[in-house]
Amino acid sequence: MGRIAKRIYIILIFVFLYAPIATLIVLSFNASKTRAKWGGFTLKWYVSLFQNRDIMEALYTTLLIALLSSLIASVIGTIACIAMDSMKKRPKSILLGITNIPMLNADIVTGISLMLLFLSFGLKFGFGTILLSHITFNIPYVILSVMPRMKNINRNTFEAALDLGAPPLKAFFKVVFPDLLPGILSGFLLAFTMSLDDFIITHFTKGPGIDTLSTKIYTEVKKGIKPEMYALSTIIFTVVLLLLILVNKPEKEEKKILH
Amino acid sequence: MKNKKNLLASPFIIWSIAFIVLPLCMVFYYGLTDKTGAFTLDNIISIATAEHSKALWLSLLLSFISTVICLLLGYPLASILAKLGKNKNSLIVFIFILPMWMNFLLRTLAWQTLLEKTGVINSVLQFLHLPTLNIINTAYAIVLGMVYNFLPFMVLPLYNSLTKIDPNVINAARDLGANGLQTFIRITLPLSIPGIISGITMVFVPALTTFVISSLLGGSKILLIGNVIEQQFTQASNWNLGSGLSIVLMLFIIINMVVTSLFDKDGEGAVL
Amino acid sequence: MKKRILLPLLCIAASLLLGACGNSSGENGKVVVYNWGEYIDPETITMFEEETGIKVIYDEFETNEIMYPKVEAGASSYDVVCPSDYMIRKMIENDLLAEINWDNVPNVKKNIGSQYFEQSKEFDPENKYSVPYCFGTVGILYNKTMVDEPVDSWNILWNEKYTDSILMQDSVRDAFMVALKKNGFSMNSLNEEELNIAKDDLILQKPLVQAYVIDQVRDKMIGNEAAIGVIYSGEAIYTQRENPDLEYVIPKEGTNVWIDSWVIPKNCENKENAEKFIDFMCREDIALMNFEYITYSTPNDAARALIEDEDLRNSKIAFPNFDEYENLETFTYLGDEGDSLYNSLWEEVKSH
Repeated sequence: MGRIAKRIYIILIFVFLYAPIATLIVLSFNASKTRAKWGGFTLKWYVSLFQNRDIMEALYTTLLIALLSSLIASVIGTIACIAMDSMKKRPKSILLGITNIPMLNADIVTGISLMLLFLSFGLKFGFGTILLSHITFNIPYVILSVMPRMKNINRNTFEAALDLGAPPLKAFFKVVFPDLLPGILSGFLLAFTMSLDDFIITHFTKGPGIDTLSTKIYTEVKKGIKPEMYALSTIIFTVVLLLLILVNKPEKEEKKILH
Repeated sequence: MKNKKNLLASPFIIWSIAFIVLPLCMVFYYGLTDKTGAFTLDNIISIATAEHSKALWLSLLLSFISTVICLLLGYPLASILAKLGKNKNSLIVFIFILPMWMNFLLRTLAWQTLLEKTGVINSVLQFLHLPTLNIINTAYAIVLGMVYNFLPFMVLPLYNSLTKIDPNVINAARDLGANGLQTFIRITLPLSIPGIISGITMVFVPALTTFVISSLLGGSKILLIGNVIEQQFTQASNWNLGSGLSIVLMLFIIINMVVTSLFDKDGEGAVL
Repeated sequence: MKKRILLPLLCIAASLLLGACGNSSGENGKVVVYNWGEYIDPETITMFEEETGIKVIYDEFETNEIMYPKVEAGASSYDVVCPSDYMIRKMIENDLLAEINWDNVPNVKKNIGSQYFEQSKEFDPENKYSVPYCFGTVGILYNKTMVDEPVDSWNILWNEKYTDSILMQDSVRDAFMVALKKNGFSMNSLNEEELNIAKDDLILQKPLVQAYVIDQVRDKMIGNEAAIGVIYSGEAIYTQRENPDLEYVIPKEGTNVWIDSWVIPKNCENKENAEKFIDFMCREDIALMNFEYITYSTPNDAARALIEDEDLRNSKIAFPNFDEYENLETFTYLGDEGDSLYNSLWEEVKSH
């Protein structure tokens, strides 16, 4: 396959992936309130977005839930990986099987099963129930990112550190943790993204007065999306994109120095 | 030392029991009882009715097609990306995750805007005097939506397993006289099987159970099993039937898991 | 490189946690409201909070059926809910609603038209539990440039000329209402023969239907995606504003008059605040604001009198005189068995 063919292939896939994104960005500048009509260029949705208390609150909740749930999931998941690593094969595979359930199960079943659970325990639906659910479906992503890294750990170094008198916790943070870190970080990022993008599970486990962006959008899908949502998505998208570009630039130079 | 480490697993075990196992028990309880709380198998057997089995069959078919397309599109892409060299690839991988930061519902809705009869694509085609594309509200649009939403889940595991292949192995094969195709079939493909398997799972399962894509892009004209279940909970208020059908759906997912574990002997998954 | 991503994330985290404090109830307590999505002018909530010092906790639902179990389970203890007619009946039958103390809501009797309380008797026979908030009809919205014959009957939805240009409602009761009314039956029919005729009609219609949608009829009709759609009258006013080619008709075979009303669940925690909220919503200026925002007809006669646009004030779409039409009906609760009969027939249609 020629270089050009490869390039064209990648570009085609990118067009496919980004066509809807471009559409949304264009819609955020559409002066008409419905997505079906182009009413001229405007920036007014970007202004009204910041005055819209509901959307700003939903954004805040979404970010907070994503952050807390992926942090807690990272901690629980990493500890579980360390524990499972020294387990016998059978209990380990049973545990891993259970871990896979929320990821492999239909979102709708996970959401409903959690809703049934919370209902039968009389828990108040709200921030707490959403957070619990998100942690639950985030843990598998952390475990699946960290688990392969466990192979790379050199147990001997850890034991050597212990032999040299380091307390186990310190030995762990000095010796094991750095090896796991890339896995934990990618698990954390994946969990964060999943939490951000989740709609179905949140939909079934949320309570009054609390909305994430997804559930807010869902109520709007039926009535017609408010253009402020397009504006907000465009901002989020641009910020993340810029962040990625910024983060990637200096790294190359670092590598050059290292090599 | 061992005991201490086993103790470490306890937060996770408690969590799993409380929020994974117990909720599933609730689903089983609802699925195996009727409205009065008496034991029944009717909810599960109802999968055999013409409407439900048709919906299940359609879901299996559409998600199978989507998975195959994702694999065919994703494999070459992942191998191109894997060969790009370490410097560029973290950015490129993120470019695949990046669309997920735009909300899933909005992305799917954007496809509606693109595909509609008077939508963006057709306006462009008409402008160029080309025949228009009429796939909105058909099964084709649903497949497109599935491929679009789940392609990254195929590419990422493939990419990860392909980058793990030691280039020396491939070079060795080449040195020993294997041509490109032989190297691919004998070396690259077998070594990337864990990635293929987890990619298939990550695409097939959400595609099998989706209800949002079919209602937004299929115009609710095509009833998938996810839609049937969702309607039991949100419109028909028949939780027992909804749970019963969920149990059936879980069966298919378990079959998928068993098949997967046959290939993935380490039991560790190769998702990332 | 991931480290560098983490840093900004942590910054976001810190600022989020700092902002998390200070979200308690107002000085005079709170009221938890559960309403349809996009069914109120948010400005009116702010006004209520400022005038009364009561904090409003606002939640939205998409269907009556999602709302019902949440209220029934009491997991969220809502104070004011806004269900539709047949669902109010179900809630009354299952003893979920508290009687409203009419002395605490003076604006209701003062402003709400009596014909709406009369209509409400179909689901709240003694007018004890519900205060009408919005009402409307279901009819046909068509595009004058695409339809050249007179539209006055549900039959046009079965006309093959409009294949792939028809939008049907994607909810059991509304879809069956159309088919039952077309054949001259009651839309609350439990007669299996009648329902089977309706079902066969819906199956016959399916190849002609472009999509089954709920509120998306609005955007699709505005964008000239379809020629004919079944739509709620409240949406019709909005669509006409955006696309003057559209026309709304109540078919001669009759249709559904629906009413969404405020009710107070028995397990509420702030009944007095709930009544204050309902009373506030019935104030003419507030009802007018809501009408202008959501464009669904208001039963508030005093608010209607305040509408400046004369055409709108006298609009037959927004404010039909029920006496002028025949065969108008309101949905009633069919019982669990009736519900599951309708649902299984609908599934047959959808999976055909």
